[in-house]
Amino acid sequence: MNTSLKKYFPIFVLPTLLAFILAFILPFVIGVGLSFTEFTTVENASFNGVQNYIRAFTTDTDFLRSLGFTAAFTIVSVVTVNVFAFMLSLALTRSIRGTNLFRSVFFMPNLIGGIVLGYIWNLLINGVLSAFGVDITFKTEYGFWGLVILTNWQLIGYMMVIYIAGLQNIPTSLLEAASIDGASSFKTLMKIKIPMVMPSITICTFLTLTNSFKMFDQNLALTAGAPEKTTEMLALNIYNTFYGRVGWQGVGQAKAVVFFVIVAIIAFFQLRLTGSREVEH
Amino acid sequence: MQKRSVANLVLFAALCLLAAVFLIPLVIVLINSFKSSLYISGAPFELPNAETFNGLNNYINGLTTSGFFAAFLRSVFITVVSVILIVVGTAMTAWYIVRVKSRFNKALYYIFVFSMIVPFQMVMYTMTYIVNKVNFDNVFGITLVYLGFGAGLSVFMLSGFIKSIPLEIEEAATIDGCNPLQSFFMVVLPILKPTAITVAILNAMWIWNDYLLPYLVLGTDEKTIPVAIQIAMQGAYGATDYGGLMAMLVLAIIPIIIFYASCQKYIIKGVVAGAVKG
Repeated sequence: MNTSLKKYFPIFVLPTLLAFILAFILPFVIGVGLSFTEFTTVENASFNGVQNYIRAFTTDTDFLRSLGFTAAFTIVSVVTVNVFAFMLSLALTRSIRGTNLFRSVFFMPNLIGGIVLGYIWNLLINGVLSAFGVDITFKTEYGFWGLVILTNWQLIGYMMVIYIAGLQNIPTSLLEAASIDGASSFKTLMKIKIPMVMPSITICTFLTLTNSFKMFDQNLALTAGAPEKTTEMLALNIYNTFYGRVGWQGVGQAKAVVFFVIVAIIAFFQLRLTGSREVEH
Repeated sequence: MQKRSVANLVLFAALCLLAAVFLIPLVIVLINSFKSSLYISGAPFELPNAETFNGLNNYINGLTTSGFFAAFLRSVFITVVSVILIVVGTAMTAWYIVRVKSRFNKALYYIFVFSMIVPFQMVMYTMTYIVNKVNFDNVFGITLVYLGFGAGLSVFMLSGFIKSIPLEIEEAATIDGCNPLQSFFMVVLPILKPTAITVAILNAMWIWNDYLLPYLVLGTDEKTIPVAIQIAMQGAYGATDYGGLMAMLVLAIIPIIIFYASCQKYIIKGVVAGAVKG
């Protein structure tokens, strides 16, 4: 079996592997290399050490600002999305009518793409703000909270579904025992439900974290960084450095490497916390 | 008992209200798609009246000038072909690297897993350059780019499932005279179906909604739906046709709702499975 299959490498693996090399491995390796060079196209790169990294953090003040904005937005989103999603999942695991329909409705926005979502909320938020004669680009705070609202609308249903699955996995005997012992519903929540869904809480926290941290489409469509780039998140900042400033491509690539390292660290902690994923399966 | 049912009734009412909040944004977009452009951005919450009602003009004019119908067909083509390539390609790859034990295959598996955590911005510039160099910057080439990008998550999910398939089934097929290709398509792929559906749904949603990759690879001449929307919004010299934009948003959302309504169970299951693993 093993030996007869072995000869089939060109059929089974090669096509996918070639596409993978082309779309990922080569761009990744060249990308890391280019971050240490100055270039305007890939062909005219000249080595300049860690100059790009220094420029990213010193000459270009926008990068640190967008990192701060992204971090603040991510923290607020993680908290709000998960609190609301968990409350909804508690409500929808009670025996009330139409829980399935409610679940479908709350989950639906998650399927809509970032660009479309961004323009839907651009319309709504500007509609509200027009009553005061301004729009979302008027103040940084408007853009910030606009992004938070959008993210909540998009992710609450998604996280809710994961929490519901977690809550439904709690053995009913445990809940029955609690109610026989006369535990209040608040006590049941604190002592049984929350500890039992801890794995779901970890998963949802990291999902919201990476989703918010890497956000691009929604940011581009809702505010595009306005006013004055103050609502520009990391991904958009990197994009603008690459394509908006001639001679800054090297800095853009260096920023991208920094971005990648941060995401990798988050992923590493996630792995440590959720344990081996094989067990999850 | 009485107290509980009252509480449930209050909860039910609250949930109805919340469901309305979730749906209203979509309803408002739908309503505005029938109003003429001048009355949209300033007063999106007003219903159309005799003065502002624009019939189907937004759908006819706005969509023709922005080339939306071509974009729609292009999006369908790219999504369908990419998803087929990804499901078949990565299932074959995953089966091979799980069943043929070698150091090379093991390393390959870890590189696939590694690629899942790399953000797109890390590779976008160099990827665009390479794709242009090998002339993959067209609707056919982009499907292979998606195969490369989708490979990480898909190989990871499928490998996890393949490891749980007993080897005896495949050995029986070999003894019955199947070559590896026959074993794969007639025995393994049918067993993989549940995970393959999950992989297909996750990739379909990603590719259908993806903006930056098609924008960088195909440019503005060969627009997909998200690219067409983004370009329409930027408008020609700052003048945005909001009516046309609303019509585009509606037509971008409708296929998603139809897709969701027709295979909701698979979608929710797939998205959750993808979350737990990704």
